[in-house]
Amino acid sequence: MAEHVTLTEPYVEPRQQRQADFMGMYVFLGTETMLFGGIFALVFAYRTLHPDAVAEAARHMRLWIATANTALLLTSSLFVALAVHAARRGGRRAVAGWLGLAIAFGAAFLALKGVEYWKDYTEGLMPLIGPHASVRDGPAALFIDLYFVATGLHAIHMTVGLTLLGTIATLVGGRRKGVPSQAVVVEMGGLYWHFVDVVWVFIYPLFYLARG
Amino acid sequence: MTAEPALQTPEEKVSYLAAGHSVRSWLLTTDHKRIAILYLISITGFFFIAGIAAALIRLDLLTPQGDLLTNEGYDRAFTLHGIVMVWFFLIPSIPNTFGNFLIPLMIGAKDVAFPRLNLLSWYIYVLGGLFTVYVLIVGGVDTGWTFYTPLSTMFANGHVIAVAIAVFIVGFSSILTGLNFIVTIHKLRAPGMTWGRLPLFIWSHYATSLILVLATPVLAVTLVLLASERLFHLGIFDPALGGDPLLFQHLFWFYSHPAVYIMILPAMGVISELVSAAAHKRVFGYWFIACASLAIAAVGFLVWGHHMFVAGQSIYASAIFSFLSLVVAVPSAIKVYNWTATLYKGDIRIDPPLLFAMAFIGLFTIGGLTGLMLALLAIDVHVHDTYFVVAHFHYIMVGGAVSAFFGALHFWWPKITGRMYSLIWGRISAGLIFFGFNLTFFPQFILGYLGMPRRYHVYPPQFQTLNVLSSAGASLLAAAYVLPFFYLVYALRNGAPAGPNPWNAAGLEWTTPSPPPKHNFETTPEVDRPAYDYPLAKRSADG
Repeated sequence: MAEHVTLTEPYVEPRQQRQADFMGMYVFLGTETMLFGGIFALVFAYRTLHPDAVAEAARHMRLWIATANTALLLTSSLFVALAVHAARRGGRRAVAGWLGLAIAFGAAFLALKGVEYWKDYTEGLMPLIGPHASVRDGPAALFIDLYFVATGLHAIHMTVGLTLLGTIATLVGGRRKGVPSQAVVVEMGGLYWHFVDVVWVFIYPLFYLARG
Repeated sequence: MTAEPALQTPEEKVSYLAAGHSVRSWLLTTDHKRIAILYLISITGFFFIAGIAAALIRLDLLTPQGDLLTNEGYDRAFTLHGIVMVWFFLIPSIPNTFGNFLIPLMIGAKDVAFPRLNLLSWYIYVLGGLFTVYVLIVGGVDTGWTFYTPLSTMFANGHVIAVAIAVFIVGFSSILTGLNFIVTIHKLRAPGMTWGRLPLFIWSHYATSLILVLATPVLAVTLVLLASERLFHLGIFDPALGGDPLLFQHLFWFYSHPAVYIMILPAMGVISELVSAAAHKRVFGYWFIACASLAIAAVGFLVWGHHMFVAGQSIYASAIFSFLSLVVAVPSAIKVYNWTATLYKGDIRIDPPLLFAMAFIGLFTIGGLTGLMLALLAIDVHVHDTYFVVAHFHYIMVGGAVSAFFGALHFWWPKITGRMYSLIWGRISAGLIFFGFNLTFFPQFILGYLGMPRRYHVYPPQFQTLNVLSSAGASLLAAAYVLPFFYLVYALRNGAPAGPNPWNAAGLEWTTPSPPPKHNFETTPEVDRPAYDYPLAKRSADG
């Protein structure tokens, strides 16, 4: 596919440009890892300091919703991988189709997450608003707040990712980005989506499975 | 643009400066050299804003009563000084101006890897800067540049959220620049430009970029947590809500101590170039200096706890952080010894760049050695939060990083603009900066050791003499910093044409015309020699 690629400044050959695009994206994802890493480090530290309170708070998290969401997100990543595969082979409509499916599953994830937040609200887990659950009185409150920060930040990334996939699907479907000559666009969007997926793979055990 | 010279020489007429004269051609440029100029102008503006705040501080400290500013006004002055100097001047200063301008030239590339991201990073910087200016206009903030909780979340009256947003935004500008440099250095080196032939300026910028992309996101998430506690009362740092105030200090210093190395590593890269070019000699111990940059970047991530010796952290943690802080001194000392050894038996020209480099080495050594004192647990308890600490980090950041910035400005000005400035005035300003700096900050070591705490503007009368000396030095330093502005701008129109290599220095950037053409090189250069391949005459003799 490399021979189709349109070269831009400052590159002299397609392979160099492609490698630079990938490396740039991986470095960016590295910075994103550090963004979430700060929160995850806090959770680890807090769990070491207050193991019982953290376990108790984790038991208030809705495991079945999170498990369903994990399945949805992993499946959407599969569709994105198939879209990348299709882009490399030049299947314009297949790219749009697979990305559309990935977007549908991602949107379903966010909808379920909304249901979960609503249940958190009615149970009194949220700070400042709604009723007040007794679990928020002790050191478990910090764990619950970090849960809102982590999942909220993840939901923002999901929204950015959905917008990105939607834009790419429109551009490729509407022939404004040609495949396979500009397949790299699909690959970059795909890498971002996989990253958002991987972040969830860490959130799931840290906040939901840490009940013991 | 004010920075635009009269384009008269043949080189200037085909240079990047001649590629469009409209404001639009500057504001929408993707040329790394023009973006460097945009950065140079904007960081100079912020340097003056923060400098004015420093002037207010020093004026107020002339008398023990603190009669110029109110308590709150004084708090706002030093907070503004710190925030603007750290995030809007020091961190972007050398990387975003000289790094942007020189990295593609030094490695033989046409531009950085992602030219549009490079322009975006400048716009993000400006957006963050506008937030800062807004905070300035509506009355400032009084938390100190460190935003310590619970002061910043519960008690501060200023515009904490707005200034946190400003710093959060400008962080993304740093991240994009770091990302761009890493990919550029990996993927755009000219044929034959192996890792072992890279100038040390590139190595130090590579190490800086690693810190930028790995540490800045942690600051971003810290500020998000801070804002969500202040806005939504999430109990992250407030013990009444189940949080822990020390968590903030851990997160903040995990970024902010490496940030010190973001400021000093590019400066060290500049000094390696300046010393080698002034001595016309290959840098002594190339690989030691290159690896020392990486070692400083790596170990710099593991020393943040030395800011928290008296904050109630475990004594065992403190002992380990103390040890690791002493370890960072080893690669720093390697650099100082190697620069000195480079000068030994060199063919030295005492030009302004060398004088600035000498100022850097002397001041950085004092700053580094007092840093060792501060890394020792017992001494730190005595001088914690006193003027001793203030003097220490100003020796590193102002004596070190700002001297290197001026050294770089004097070394590469002929390359950037094509014109030579007055060497006499350059030597005078280097001398004045060195003298004014020491007069300002050396008395502060003594003040701190005698027990004067930082961040107070009322002090016992017996400290007045030293404070007056320090303020006198500050006025001298201010004049010395303004001086280059006049003769450098004067040289834009009236300086003699510099020619491609006014210092007889090695390095690819000196093989292009001054100022360089839009695409840097007529043909992509092929490199077959190590960096600092002195003497240069050998090069032409070999063909």
